[in-house]
Amino acid sequence: MSEVTTAEVVVPRTNKPPITQKRHGWAVPFLLGVGVLIAMLASLCIGAYPMSFWKAARIVVHLAWPFPLPSNPPWSVKEITVVQIIRLPRVLLATLAGMGLGMAGTALQGMMRNPLVGPDIVGVTSGAAFGGVMAMMFNFNPAGIIGLAFAFGLGAMALTFGLAKLARSGTNGLALILAGVFIGAFFIALVGLIQFLVPDAKLPTMVYWLLGTFVGADEKKVFMIGIPTLVGGAVLMLLRWRINLLSLGDLDAKTLGVNVGVLRWGIIALVSLIVASQVAVSGIVGWVGLVVPHCARMLVGPDHRRLLPTAALLGGLFVLGLDDLTRSIVKAELPVGILTALIGTPIVCFLFWKTQGKGWGRE
Amino acid sequence: MNNTVVEFDNLGHAYHPSRWIFQNYSTQVKRGSTFALLGPNGCGKTTLLKILLGALKPTAGSIKVEGRTAFVPQLFQVTFDYSVLDMVLMGRARQVGLFSQPTAQDEEAAMASLERFGMADFARHPFHELSGGERQLVIFARALVSAAEILILDEPTSALDLKNQIVVLDWIGRLSREAGLTVLFTTHHPNHALAISDHALLMLGENHYVSGEAREVLSEEHLRALYDVEIKRLLFEHQGEPRETLVPMLPSSNIARKNKS
Repeated sequence: MSEVTTAEVVVPRTNKPPITQKRHGWAVPFLLGVGVLIAMLASLCIGAYPMSFWKAARIVVHLAWPFPLPSNPPWSVKEITVVQIIRLPRVLLATLAGMGLGMAGTALQGMMRNPLVGPDIVGVTSGAAFGGVMAMMFNFNPAGIIGLAFAFGLGAMALTFGLAKLARSGTNGLALILAGVFIGAFFIALVGLIQFLVPDAKLPTMVYWLLGTFVGADEKKVFMIGIPTLVGGAVLMLLRWRINLLSLGDLDAKTLGVNVGVLRWGIIALVSLIVASQVAVSGIVGWVGLVVPHCARMLVGPDHRRLLPTAALLGGLFVLGLDDLTRSIVKAELPVGILTALIGTPIVCFLFWKTQGKGWGRE
Repeated sequence: MNNTVVEFDNLGHAYHPSRWIFQNYSTQVKRGSTFALLGPNGCGKTTLLKILLGALKPTAGSIKVEGRTAFVPQLFQVTFDYSVLDMVLMGRARQVGLFSQPTAQDEEAAMASLERFGMADFARHPFHELSGGERQLVIFARALVSAAEILILDEPTSALDLKNQIVVLDWIGRLSREAGLTVLFTTHHPNHALAISDHALLMLGENHYVSGEAREVLSEEHLRALYDVEIKRLLFEHQGEPRETLVPMLPSSNIARKNKS
C-alpha cells in the first residue's frame, strides 16, 4: 500500500492555530483555597458582636497553637468565647458541608456521565433525610443519626439505579433523573409521615432542621460532619482520575481495564457517606451539588483531577457565603437551605441558557 | 508462544430463548493479523463484538481472548469536553494504580502516541470538536498507549468521508503490520475487508457462516449469498501494481441508460 501522508490528509487544520481548551493548571484551585481561608476568617467577624478580621485571625492561630495562651492576650474572654464556641464551629460546619456537597455532586455527574444529576436529584438527600428524621424520632445518638442517614441515603441511591436499569437506560439519560425524582418523592413522603407521627414538641426542631440550617453548630457536629467528609473526600480525591474513566461509559471504561462495578459502587458509598453526614448535621441543603460542579467545570474544565478539588473549594465558599448572608440579612435567621435553593435555581437556569452548545455536556 | 489470540468454538447468542442471532460459529484469529467481520444489518456483528469485549456472555459455546483489548466504537461521543491529551492519557488506566494519578511519563507516552498519528498539535484541543476521522486517530493513539494487543473496531469507516475512510483503513493496516496489533473489525464494505484484512468471517445466517483467508472468502458467490446483491470482483492495474476491487451491480447505470437511448 502506498504511503499515506496522514498529516496532510486528516489534519488539514494544523495550518491554523488550534483552538485550545481553557487550562489554568492549579492556579484556580490555589486561589480558591486562599479565598476559602480568607472567607472563613472574615465569617468569624460577622454577627451581633463586632470583631476585626485580624483579631479573629489571631484568635484562630492561638486556638490552633498547641501551647498555652499568652498571659496577657490582646483579646477579651468574651471575644475568644464568641469565636471558639459560637462562630468557629458554624463556619467549619458550613464550609465542610459545602465542600462535601461540591465533591459529591461532581463525582456523581462524572460517574453517571450526566451533568444534570446531583445528590438531591438521585434521591440520596431525600433518603438521608428520612434516615435522619427517623433517628431523631427514636432519639438516636449522633453516630446513630449518621448511620441511619447513610443507610437510607445509600438505599435510595441503589433504588434509583435499580429503577433506571429496569428502564434499560443504565446511568445515562433522562430515565435516571426520572427514577431519582420518583424515589426522592417516595422518601419525602416518608419524611412527611414521620413529621405527622412525631410528638408535637419535636416537630418545630425537625421542620427547621429539614429546611437546612447550621444553627446550633458545636464541636460535636463539626466532628460528625468533619470525619466522614474529610475521610470520604480524601478517598474521592485519590480516585478522581478514575472518575474521568467512568465518564467514558461502561464498555469503554471496561476495555481500558477499569473494574466498573466495584469502582462505581465504591464512589456511590463515598458520596452517600458524605451527603448523609451533611444531612445529619444540617438538614437538606439543596442545589449545591448540582450548581457547584457546573461552575467549577467552567473554571477549570472537565478533567476531574482539577475539577474535584475546585468543586470542593467552590462548594465550601458558596455555602459559607450563603450562611453568612442568612446570619446578616434578617434578624431571625433564615434557613440556609432556602437560600441555596433560591439562589441555586436561577444560577442553574442561567447556566442552562448560557452553556447551550458551548459544550460542557453532550447529552 | 500461542499464535492464536482469539478463538471461538460453537459460539451462539440469543437475546430471547430459542431466537438465535447466530449459533455454532467457530473460528480463530491469529496474532498480528487483521480480521474482518461482515454481514447484513441485524446479523449479530455488534453482538459478537460485545461478546469479544466481555460485555456480553454468550448463550452457547466458548470464547477465548488472549491479550489486552482496546475498543473503537462506530461513533465516539464524550459527555464532557475532555482535551485530546486527556482522552489519550486515559489509555494508561492499566498502568496507573487505582489510587494514583497519571505521571509525567504517562503524559509523555500519550504525547508520543499522538505524535505518531500526526495529532500532537491537537493535544490541547477539545476532543468533541474533532472530525470523525481525527477522533478515530485519537482513539487509535489511545489504544497504542494502553499497550493493547487486540484492537476491536465497530464499523470504523461508517461515519467518515471517502478521504478519511482511506486514511483510517491505511492506519488499521499499519497498526497490524508496524505495531504488531491484532485487529478485528466489522464493516459493511467488502472492499475494505479485501483491501486490508488477512482473514474474514461472513455471517451468512443464524447457523451459516464462511471463515478463512480474506481473498478466498470474499468471493462473488459468497458475497451474493451474504447481501443478496450481484457483486463483481475485478482485477486491474494501478501504477504498475495489480489491484482488485469489488463492485456491486446496481439495477441500472448511467452508461447503460445512455447506450440504450
